Amino acid sequence: MAPQDRLTATFTRAERVAPTPLRSIPQLRVDGLSVSYGPHEVVTNVSFELGRGESLALIGESGSGKSTIARAVLRLLPSGGHATGRVAFDGQEVLGISERGFRPLRGRAIGFVPQDPANSLNPVRTIGAQAQEAAALLDEPDKAIRKQLILETFAQVGLDTPLRVYDSYPHQLSGGMLQRVLIGLAILPRPALLVADEPTSALDVTIQKRILDLLTRLQHDLKISLLLITHDLAIAAERADALVVLKDGVIQEAGRTASVFSSPASAYAKKLRADVPALNPDRYAALRDTGFRSLKTGQAPKIEVSAVTKTFTVDGKALTAVDDLSFSVPAGTTHALVGESGSGKTTTVRLLLGLEGPDTGSISVAGEQITGRSPEALRTVWRHLQLVYQNPFTSLDPTWTIERLVREPLDRFKIGTRKERDERVREALADVGLGEHLLSRKPGALSGGQRQRVAIARSLVLKPDVIVLDEPTSALDVSVQAGIVEVLLSLQTTLGLTYVFVSHDLALVRQLAHTVSVMHRGRIVEHGTVADIFDNPQQPYTRSLLASIPSGGDDVAHMRTRAFG
Amino acid sequence: MTLVSVSSSPRITAISRLTALRVPPTVALAFAVIAIVIAWSLAPSLFTSHDPASGVPADKLLGPSAAHWFGTDHLGRDLYTRVVYGTASSVTSALIAVVIAAVAGGLIGLLAGFLGGWMDIVLARLVDVLLAIPNFLLAVIVVTAIGFDTTNAAVATGVSAVAVFARVMRSEVIKTRQAVFVEASFLMGGSRWHILLRHVLPNASRSVLPLAVLQFGLSILVIASLAFLGYGDPPPASDWGLLISIGKDYLKWPWLVYAPAFVTIATVLSANRISRWLRKTD
Repeated sequence: MAPQDRLTATFTRAERVAPTPLRSIPQLRVDGLSVSYGPHEVVTNVSFELGRGESLALIGESGSGKSTIARAVLRLLPSGGHATGRVAFDGQEVLGISERGFRPLRGRAIGFVPQDPANSLNPVRTIGAQAQEAAALLDEPDKAIRKQLILETFAQVGLDTPLRVYDSYPHQLSGGMLQRVLIGLAILPRPALLVADEPTSALDVTIQKRILDLLTRLQHDLKISLLLITHDLAIAAERADALVVLKDGVIQEAGRTASVFSSPASAYAKKLRADVPALNPDRYAALRDTGFRSLKTGQAPKIEVSAVTKTFTVDGKALTAVDDLSFSVPAGTTHALVGESGSGKTTTVRLLLGLEGPDTGSISVAGEQITGRSPEALRTVWRHLQLVYQNPFTSLDPTWTIERLVREPLDRFKIGTRKERDERVREALADVGLGEHLLSRKPGALSGGQRQRVAIARSLVLKPDVIVLDEPTSALDVSVQAGIVEVLLSLQTTLGLTYVFVSHDLALVRQLAHTVSVMHRGRIVEHGTVADIFDNPQQPYTRSLLASIPSGGDDVAHMRTRAFG
Repeated sequence: MTLVSVSSSPRITAISRLTALRVPPTVALAFAVIAIVIAWSLAPSLFTSHDPASGVPADKLLGPSAAHWFGTDHLGRDLYTRVVYGTASSVTSALIAVVIAAVAGGLIGLLAGFLGGWMDIVLARLVDVLLAIPNFLLAVIVVTAIGFDTTNAAVATGVSAVAVFARVMRSEVIKTRQAVFVEASFLMGGSRWHILLRHVLPNASRSVLPLAVLQFGLSILVIASLAFLGYGDPPPASDWGLLISIGKDYLKWPWLVYAPAFVTIATVLSANRISRWLRKTD
C-alpha cells in the first residue's frame, strides 16, 4: 500500500468539526475581511473564495497585507490586531467564534507552512520531539505508532532518511530539508486547507522549485486546498488556479490565473506584470546596448581575475570557498556572478575588493593589482572601486544624515572644497532619482528602496570606474527592484561604469547583465554572454538552474493539469 | 521622466512619530516626580518658607498636618523643608556619580572593545576586579580614604559603577564593530579613529542612556545608604539618608522615617520607570 493510503487507513478522520460538506460550498470563503492594528487599517474589505481542492495565490509586495490575511484566517494575529468581517471554512463561520471553538480546527483542519524554516523550529530540540507535538493532533495514544506515522510522512515529503532526520537538530539540516519537515508536519493531521506563507522565499532557486513541486503533488494526492502567499507573480501564475492581487490591504484584481495573468485589468497588476524579471527578459534591451557594443569592440578588460583560490579553516576542517577562479570583465559592461548559497559569490566579492587575500592567483582592477597590497595601498584603489552591499538596512549608519552619508567618501579622500562636495552629493542623489528633501533625514525615515538608492549614490559620488554590487535588490520588492535596475543601467550608459553584479536571481541577471559566470561550490561552471548561457546552456548545473526559474509560462500550467488531471 | 520616489510608507510622518512616542501614564508620572525632585534641588527656597537648620522647640515631634506636611522632627524643624533642602546634595551627588561612571566606564569599554587584543584583556580584567569588590564596600573604602563628604561619597559611588558601564559599552562596541556600515566606511577611506569616533561611538552609546538613568536611581540609593551610616555630610545637613538615620532613634514618631524614605523610593522608582521606557522606545 502506498504510504499515504496506509496513513489514511490507520486512523479515522471523524473529527472534522464541519457538517457533511456539499460540493458547492467553497473550502474557504472570506467576506469583507478588514484587519487593523490599533488605528491603522492594514487590510480593507477583502473578499475571495477558495474552492475545494484548488489553489489560490495572494500576491502582493511587502506591506500589502497578504500575510495578515493568512494570519487572520488562522486567527494568529499578534496582540493589537483586530479582524472584522466573515471567514467561513467549509461553510462554518470561524472568525466570530471563541478561541476554544476554533482551536480544534487550527492545525487539524487548517494547516500552516511558515516562511523561514530555520527560524520556525526550536533549535534546542530534535526534529522528532517537535514532530511529536504535531502528531499529538492525531489523537493516537500509542507513541510508537505516532513515530511510525511521522516517519512515513517524512518519506512522503521526499526526505530520503526519515529516521536520521527524526533524530537530528534543526541546525544539522539544510533549509530545503527543514522546509520539507515543516510541510510534513503541516500535512500530518491531513488538513483540508493548507496555508503556505511564502514557503520558498528563504530558499535557493533549485530547492524552491522542488518544494513547490512537492506542494503541488501533495495538494493533488491528498486533495488539500492550498492558500499560497507570495510576492512572486511568476510562481503564483505557475502554481495557482486563482489569483488575488493586493496592494496596501486592498484587492486590486482577482480572478482565474489564466485571465489575470494574460490580460491584467488593473493598472497595478499591469505594472506588477511588467516589473517581474522572469516575465520580461528584454525590458532593458535599449539601455544595455552600449554595453553589448563595448563587448563587441573587444575593449581592454577592466577587471582581471586569474586562478584565484581561497580556503578557510572552519572547526579544523579546510573549506575551499573559491577554487581556481578566472574571469575578466571588459570596460563598460555588466558581469554577473550567479550561484546559489555556498557557491563562493560572497567570497569572490570580498576578494575583488581586497578585503580578503587569496591564497594563490592574482586580481587586477583598472590596471592596478589588488592582491598583495597593504591596507593603505588598497585605499588608493578604492577611489576607483566601490561596493554596494546587499542589505540596505544595515549598510547605512543609522545615526548619520543622508547628506553626511553620501558625502563621506569625499570627506575621507579629501576631494574638492566643501562647496564642491555638497554639489557632488546633490548630483549623485539626483542621478539615483532621490529628491533633495531627503538630505537632512536619517536612514530610519527612508524605505528599503530609497536606502539602497542612497547606498548607490554613495558609491557613485567618487566617480569610480568599477562598482561591485552584492545582490543589491534581494531584500527589496519587485517594483522597487525594477526602479533600481533602471537607475543602474542608465548610469552605466551615461557614465560608462563597469559593474560586477552578484545574484542568485537568474531572471534578473538575464535582464541586466552582458556576460555571466555561473558558480557552483567555488568553481566557475560556465561562462559566456547572456545569450550563450540562457539560450544555449552547456553544463547540466546551468541547465538545472535555468529550469528552476518560474516562468509562469503556459507550458508549465498545462503540464500541471495534464499530470494531475 | 522623473525617478523621484515618494516614501512608500506614508505612515512614518512626523505627526505619527510623535503619537507613536505616546508616553504611558506611569512614565508621565515618573517624569513629573523627577522634575519635582530636580526643581527641589535647584531652588529649594521656592518650595518652602521654613528654615531647615533651626526650628521651634515647642513644636517638636508633631505629626503631619496642614501646617507641616511631613510633621516636625525632635528639634521642632519642619521635616518637609529638611527633605527639600536635602535634595540638592542627594541629587547632585547622584548626578556626579553617574557622570563619573559613564565617562570613565564608557572610555574603558570603548577602548577595550575597539582595540581588542592585549588592551582588551588588560582592561577587561581591570573591570572584573572592580566588579569583584562589593559595590558598597568599595564606596565606603573610597570615602574613608578621601574624606567624609557627600561629594566624596558621590565619587566613591561613581567609581564602583564604572564597571557596569565599561561592560555594557564594551559589548556594544564589539557588536557595532562588526556592523556592515563600519566595513562600508572602511571601504570609503575611513581611518580607524574616524570609524571609532564617528561611527562606533554614536551607535554604541545609544544603549548607555537608559543605563545612566538606571544608575542614577541606584546611586541615590547608595548615597542615601552611605549618609545613613554617617559617611556623608554631617548634621545639620539634611541628606535623605541622614534624615532616616536620625529618624530611626525616634521610631515612636514614624513619619520621621517614612517621609524621607518615601521620597527616596519615589525618586528611585521613577528613575527605573524612565529607564525602562527609554529602552523600549529606542
